[in-house]
Amino acid sequence: MTGTTNGVQAQPAERPEAIAVRDLRKSFGSHEVLKGVSMRACEGDVVAIIGGSGSGKSTMLRCINFLETPSGGEITIGGERVEMRPDGSPASRRQIERLRQSLGMVFQSFNLWTHKTVLENLIEVPVHVLKVPRAEAEARARKLLDRVGLAEKEGAYPAFLSGGQQQRAAIARALCMEPRAMLFDEPTSALDPELVGEVLAVIRALADEGRTMILVTHEMKFAREVASHVIYLFNGQIEEEGPPERLFGAPRSERLKQFLKSVA
Amino acid sequence: MSTLELLALQPPGWGGNLLRGLANSIQIAVGAYGLGLAIGTAGAYGKIYGGPVLRDLLEVYTTVVRAVPELILILILYFGLTDLVNQILVEMGRDRIQISGVIAGIAVLGVVQGAYSTEVLRGAILAVPHGQIEAARAMGMPAGMLARRITLPLMLGNAIPGLANLWLIATKDTALLAVVGFSELTLETRQAAGTTKAYFTFFMAAGAIYLAITLLSQWGFARAERWARRGEPAVAAGAR
Ligand SMILES: Nc1ncnc2c1ncn2[C@@H]1O[C@H](COP(=O)(O)OP(=O)(O)OP(=O)(O)O)[C@@H](O)[C@H]1O
Ligand SMILES: [Mg+2]
Repeated sequence: MTGTTNGVQAQPAERPEAIAVRDLRKSFGSHEVLKGVSMRACEGDVVAIIGGSGSGKSTMLRCINFLETPSGGEITIGGERVEMRPDGSPASRRQIERLRQSLGMVFQSFNLWTHKTVLENLIEVPVHVLKVPRAEAEARARKLLDRVGLAEKEGAYPAFLSGGQQQRAAIARALCMEPRAMLFDEPTSALDPELVGEVLAVIRALADEGRTMILVTHEMKFAREVASHVIYLFNGQIEEEGPPERLFGAPRSERLKQFLKSVA
Repeated sequence: MSTLELLALQPPGWGGNLLRGLANSIQIAVGAYGLGLAIGTAGAYGKIYGGPVLRDLLEVYTTVVRAVPELILILILYFGLTDLVNQILVEMGRDRIQISGVIAGIAVLGVVQGAYSTEVLRGAILAVPHGQIEAARAMGMPAGMLARRITLPLMLGNAIPGLANLWLIATKDTALLAVVGFSELTLETRQAAGTTKAYFTFFMAAGAIYLAITLLSQWGFARAERWARRGEPAVAAGAR
C-alpha cells in the first residue's frame, strides 16, 4: 500500500492491486472538494480515511464506485481502468455496473430496502443481478447472517431491527455479492454509542480474514487497530498518510496533530 | 309494475340493461385507469429524470388537462380526435371510420387520468428515501430493474391513497361519456327511468350500484396498501 502518485514503494511480496485512485478531482459547481488525491489498496489492505467534517472523505469514497462523478483523474478497480470521458463522467454504464458489483458499499444510514425482509435484502442483487441460483444465494445469505449474529432475524423487516442490527444486515448484504473490496462510509456514525461495538466487531472480523477494505471513520482507536494504512484528508487533499502506528503515534503535520488532539 | 318487476333482469324489467351499462362502465373505468397508470408512470419518471424539453411538455400536458373541465375535454377529445383521424384518413384517400365508443371512452378518460396519475406518482416517487435507491445503484443494479424492483414497490405505499381516489373518480367519470351517447350505467338508468317514469326507483338503484363499487374498491385498496406497507411499523397505534 502506498499513497505516492506513482504508487511504487518497496513492498514485500507484492499482492495484486484491488483499487487505485490517481489524481482524483471533484468539484460541485465552483466548489472544488477533491483537489487531486491518489491512493492504492492491494488485496487484503485496510485503508482508513480520516479527516475533519467536509474534508472530502465521503466524496472520495463515493467517487470510487461512481456514486459521485469525478471531475478528473483515474480510477482502477482490480486492474481494470474505469473508462471516463474527458469531463470525468463514466463512458460505459455497463462497465460501471459491473465494477460496482465487485465493491460492497456500506452507508452511514444503512439503507436497507424497507419493503424486503432481511433475507430478501441479502439475496436481491445476487439472484436478480448476478443470476446466482436462489437456493445457493439463500444458503450463502444464511451463512452470512449467522456470521453477523442475525440468524434469527432473516424474516424480519428492517424497520423492526435496531440500528446496530440493521448495519450488520447491511454489511451482510454487501458481502453477499462476494465483492472484491468493501467500502465503508462512517458505518457507526448513526448508531447509539452502545451499538457501535457490535458493528465494529463485525468489521474487525472482516479485516482479520484479509478482506480488502476502505473505511471512512471517525473512530480513531478502531482505525489505528484495524487499518494497514491511514490517509488524513484536509480540505480535499491528502495532508499526511502512512502506517497507523506512525500516523497516530508520530504525526508530522501541524494540522494532523491538531486534528488528533481535537478528536481525542 | 312493482319495483321488483321494474328491476327484473328479463324484459319487460330493466335490470338487464342496467347491468349491461354497469359492465360497460367498469370496462371503460378499468381500461382508462390502466392507461392512466401507464401514462402516469412514464410521465412521473419523465418529469423527474427527463430532459428540459420533455419536462416542459409534460408540464403543459398535466396543467392543461387538469385545468379544463373534464366534460369539455371529453367533447374536445372525442369529437375533435374523431374528426382529426377521419380528416387524415380522407386526405390519404381512405374511408372514414366510426371509432368505437369503448375505445374512445378509454382513450379520452385515460388521457385525463394520466395527468392526475403523473402527479400522484411523481410525489410518491420523490418521497422514496434516496439512500435506498443509492444502495441499489451502488450494488450495480441496472436502472430499469431498480425502478421495477426498488423504487416502484417503495413508492406504492405513498401512492395508493391517491391512486384509490383516481380509481373512484374513474368509475364515476364514465358517466360523463353519456354526453357522447355511450351507453354506460348512467345513460341506461336515464333511459329506463324516462321510459317507465319510475325515476326514484332507477336512480336509487344506480346510486346503490355506484356505492357498492366504491365500498368494494375501498376494501381492495385498503388491503393493497397494507401489503405495500408491510415493512413499516404501524404508526396509528403508536404515540406519534
Ligand atoms: N452533492 C453535493 N453538492 C454540493 N456540495 C457537496 C455535495 N456533497 C458534498 N458536498 C460538499 O463537499 C465537501 C466535502 O463533503 P464530504 O461529504 O465529502 O465531506 P466528509 O469529509 O465526508 O465530511 P463528514 O465527516 O461531515 O461526513 C463539503 O463541503 C460538502 O458541503
Ligand atoms: Mg462523510
